[in-house]
Amino acid sequence: MADLTTLRRSPLAHLTDRMAQASHGAVGLSETACTGMVSVRVSAESSAAERIATVLGAPLPAACGEVTSGEVTSAGDHHALWLGPDEWLVVTGTDPVALADQLEAAVGDDPGLVLDVSANRTVLELTGPKARNVLEKGCPVDLHPRAFGPGRAVSTTLARVPVLLWQTGEPTYRLLPRSSFADYVSRWVLDAMVEHTG
Amino acid sequence: MLLLTCPWCGPRDETEYHYGGQAHVPYPEDPDALSDEEWAENLFFRDNPAGPFAERWSHTAGCRRWFNVVRDTATYDVLEVYTGAAPAATQPGVAR
Ligand SMILES: [Zn+2]
Repeated sequence: MADLTTLRRSPLAHLTDRMAQASHGAVGLSETACTGMVSVRVSAESSAAERIATVLGAPLPAACGEVTSGEVTSAGDHHALWLGPDEWLVVTGTDPVALADQLEAAVGDDPGLVLDVSANRTVLELTGPKARNVLEKGCPVDLHPRAFGPGRAVSTTLARVPVLLWQTGEPTYRLLPRSSFADYVSRWVLDAMVEHTG
Repeated sequence: MLLLTCPWCGPRDETEYHYGGQAHVPYPEDPDALSDEEWAENLFFRDNPAGPFAERWSHTAGCRRWFNVVRDTATYDVLEVYTGAAPAATQPGVAR
């Protein structure tokens, strides 16, 4: 079969150069294009959830803000983000189609849904000492270290549009807007970065 | 700006939510028995108290779940947040 991945085009391909030019030491923005993502919906108490945990190498996170990470293998790593009491997003470094097949098998006959949603969102990475200042211009969630930090992710809004906001390191955040909002979110962040990068 | 506490996500700004109107409006027991006027009242007529009011909210920008809030429409105080069909036990005067 033809390799369909060669046909993929990121929703922010046209902004790659602008993001690179706008990035400096204080804060930088880049896209991690075509990241694999799988939507999982099952009852948190079901045996399906346990079988899914075995596939991922980590339990599904139990509460808002939590992220669980499976062991990094040669194929890549998995991170499960809490979206709701029966809904998660698995962000994977492995082939999302193969992972979705595995997770669907893990659900088995239990009620549930597994779907490769890699094209639904793209991933922006905002990093640098001023990253939090930039986000605080348009995000209603308290991002101060007393309330938020590395390894936490929430579904919220940035510049009034829905995003998943995931802090992966002390000065590093991943923003996951829907593909149709990606251009707007990127341009808003680039504008918010100007005072720190000139 | 209201600060509503989602039962699953905790306190979040009002802008993350969608308002769903009066809570606990029952579906007619026998829909076929209703006149047009009774249907119109069931669909469109809602209480409008100056005081505690049980209403539906959805955390659209977060966990996308529906829940109920008892809010004082005169003071904007949020008196109670709860899930499901159970009426707010501690608010006997609430219009619902
Ligand atoms: Zn919520």
